[in-house]
Amino acid sequence: MTTKQLEHLDRVVIRFAGDSGDGMQITGQQFTNTAALLGNDLATFPDYPAEIRAPAGTLPGVSGFQVHFASDDIYTPGDAPDVLVAMNPAALKVNLKDLPKSGILILDTDEFSKRNLKMAGYETNPIEDGSLAGYRLFAVPLTSRTETALASFENLTVKEKRRCKNFYALGMTYWLFSRSMDATIEGLKERFKKKPQYAEANTVAMKAGYAYCDASEEFQVRYEVPPAPTKPGTYRNISGNEALAIGLVAAAGRAGVPLFYGSYPITPASDILQYLAGYKNFDVTTFQAEDEIAAVGSAIGASFGGAIGVTGSSGPGIALKGEAIGLAVMVELPLVIVNVQRAGPSTGMPTKTEQADLLQAVCGRNGESPLVVLASSTPSNCFHMAFEAVRIATKYMVPVILLSDGYLANGAEPWLLPEHIEELADVRISFHTDPKDFKPYRRDAATLARAWVKPGTPGLEHRIGGLEKQDQTGNVSYDAANHQKMVQLRQEKVQRVVADVPDLKVYGPDRGKLLVIGWGSTFGAIHSAVRLAQADGLKVAQAHLHHLNPFPANLAELLGRYDRVLCPEMNTGQLRMLLRARYLVDVQGLNKIEGQPFRVREVLTRIQEMA
Amino acid sequence: MSPEAPVLDKKHFESDQQVRWCPGCGDYAILSSMTKAFAEIGVPREKIAIVSGIGCAARFPYYVNTYGFHTIHGRAPAIATGLKVARPDLHVWVVGGDGDILSIGGNHFLHALRRNVTLKILCFDNRIYGLTKGQTSPTSEYGKVTKTTPMGSLDRPVNPISLAIAAEATFVARTADKWNDHFRQVILAAAAHEGSAFVQILQNCVVFNEDSWEPVVGREERDEHALYLEHGKPLRFGRDREKGIRLDGSEPEVVTVGEGGVTEADLVVHDEKDEALAYLLSRLDLPRFPMPVGIFRRVEGFVPLEKGIARQREEAMKKKGKGDVMKLIHSGETWTVNG
Repeated sequence: MTTKQLEHLDRVVIRFAGDSGDGMQITGQQFTNTAALLGNDLATFPDYPAEIRAPAGTLPGVSGFQVHFASDDIYTPGDAPDVLVAMNPAALKVNLKDLPKSGILILDTDEFSKRNLKMAGYETNPIEDGSLAGYRLFAVPLTSRTETALASFENLTVKEKRRCKNFYALGMTYWLFSRSMDATIEGLKERFKKKPQYAEANTVAMKAGYAYCDASEEFQVRYEVPPAPTKPGTYRNISGNEALAIGLVAAAGRAGVPLFYGSYPITPASDILQYLAGYKNFDVTTFQAEDEIAAVGSAIGASFGGAIGVTGSSGPGIALKGEAIGLAVMVELPLVIVNVQRAGPSTGMPTKTEQADLLQAVCGRNGESPLVVLASSTPSNCFHMAFEAVRIATKYMVPVILLSDGYLANGAEPWLLPEHIEELADVRISFHTDPKDFKPYRRDAATLARAWVKPGTPGLEHRIGGLEKQDQTGNVSYDAANHQKMVQLRQEKVQRVVADVPDLKVYGPDRGKLLVIGWGSTFGAIHSAVRLAQADGLKVAQAHLHHLNPFPANLAELLGRYDRVLCPEMNTGQLRMLLRARYLVDVQGLNKIEGQPFRVREVLTRIQEMA
Repeated sequence: MSPEAPVLDKKHFESDQQVRWCPGCGDYAILSSMTKAFAEIGVPREKIAIVSGIGCAARFPYYVNTYGFHTIHGRAPAIATGLKVARPDLHVWVVGGDGDILSIGGNHFLHALRRNVTLKILCFDNRIYGLTKGQTSPTSEYGKVTKTTPMGSLDRPVNPISLAIAAEATFVARTADKWNDHFRQVILAAAAHEGSAFVQILQNCVVFNEDSWEPVVGREERDEHALYLEHGKPLRFGRDREKGIRLDGSEPEVVTVGEGGVTEADLVVHDEKDEALAYLLSRLDLPRFPMPVGIFRRVEGFVPLEKGIARQREEAMKKKGKGDVMKLIHSGETWTVNG
């Protein structure tokens, strides 16, 4: 046995790719958990097809999971993989273009049959025709080796044995990056509590993959990515959808008011409904409605009843909810609307990410229908913004749209957990009960919020509805002057939320040549690019908006401190349009509408052109 | 009722808002009968919430001094479902017209019924769009000439009773706006029902569809044309209750008791628990048959949605303990970085 070399690396990006049925998501998640436990900073990005199981071996059936882990801070799942694990020719075909030459490529030679090659559109076998020259290729018969390793498992069918090949590949990557297999072994035991033979088989397959690399002459170098110097505290790896669900529960729990989540299944928002359905013991009610309209309707009904009404969907569903959201604006009830955006228009690309629903959120209803718009920037930030959405909606008696997207929803990162409940903001809700001089539309002097009255309160019986309200009494009114007054009051109320919006901070010089401003999930790519540009000595700063309506109070002044402003967005320039309209600043765009997040170098190149 | 509870009267349930329906509209009679019924039901007004959609009928909540929510077109059953699930202690009524409940709100109607959520859904059915001034509605007759169907409607009408039964409703009834006593009985029965209750109210639109239901509802003809359903009683009608409904195989037929050897024993006996019979009765209509009115179907014992949800929540609390937010935040695989 030869002595293997050990090399230190600061950061590595691995992409696992295979058929939808090959278990690539699980493989990637296992690798992620291990990296997290080792103390690496990390970010992940799953990329899977909309079809549940497209025909095996075809290009549309390819599912991928990318994990970026490092010994210092990282903010994105990485522009391009350093290591590509491709379980079949289709996975190679789809992903090879992203792998730089000199990248590590692990292939399962057993899957490179004539039939599979043809399905992937290869005329000749790329393993044999020299087209992979330049890559550090490890062509291994993963399937047959897995089968051999599991020869003694008489209680498993051949098919079941073959299915363990993803853990064989995982074992290889563990060896390659000097990782312990312990956490995965424990995880498998937990996952297959009822079928211990599966846990054992996958463990054996993984160990076989590890041992193979250890013994093989082919693998001469292994790598080590030391832990990142992170802030002390307790961490967990969290996806945006799970963080968002927990944020809603935390805010309702802090307020001591029941949470009601009415939703209709839609990619990529369904997880939120599924998570919340498991939190019934937190005084959470979930309601899978018959359609998107009923979902928001039920949430409005629950809010009328004194619960925190929340509905969640993605763009097409939000379009359907528009009229009901307008009702919530009119009756001034708290309502949180979560939009996990996906690539549109229409059905678009359900599993691909985009941030093209900003104007829909700000403007997408009939009449003058202002509401609060928030956006989360990272997976763990979804927790904080969901919490804020509930706090603002209940404080101001106003609907709040919270924008997330597919990239945040399914991506994951370590989350530094709050240790004490007191670290979370107060959510104070008081229901009005005093019948003396009660008027349904009398307002709080500071917030302009009307009182929240629970039906069942004696002496406060009143009627609300979507017809224009008379100021104070809430009676139906078609009076001309009253309408103008009410439209302005509703607008003014949303504007007053600015008191709860922190001033926008910049990362970098507080004045100078270039400000890069963004919102939502582009945070990581913009931040990484700005850091690189700053390291190169460019006078560039970053500001990232979490409050899209109203904007932070200092935004106008801040925009004025820089010669130029760049706004990268995964749309054709929606925030840019709002900023230009509102502040008369000549904001420049960088607009990517590919259903994929920005790469750091795409943003960096544009910064270099402008700074 | 506790001794100190106030005796409720009709006035107690009337709001201070001026009623704005057309003079002569059937809705006035319904409003009057409903406020009377509320007084009789005896639930304090703060415990009642009336949720409506859009249309003439949907203005109803403004005129009743309870909690009320005039929402958007068709969505009242969905909004009321959220309210009832969040607040099972409230008595929630849904009011809408035939367009509101059966056309734009058809989907919500279907699902509210199959979920058996304890809502009392009242459909003021005048077979026309009134608030938009006279267009064909989902219950308008085939061939009906309206402003939007100048050559006659080509849509076959929906039968709300059949639809409700097919949607698994546990209480389905039909009454008419001006039948004070019959109306009262049906409404009191609906109010007492646990689970969703659907009541079709034959209502007269005095401006755009005058006397549409007159052959069934009117004093002149109702004995001949209305078949009053009573649980456990044979199906009889006619001025002298001389006629009845008999089954020939599965085909209903009108017979006259005492003629051709027909006796009362030959008639169908109404059974509110018999789903097939309820459906069969829902298909009877003029001109071949009288139109059945009263309670078609009433079955108890199905857990209503709001109770099921509350039970699951309690079960989860019992099993997992009352949720602790910090524990939830710290759940899953965590790791600690020491300072």
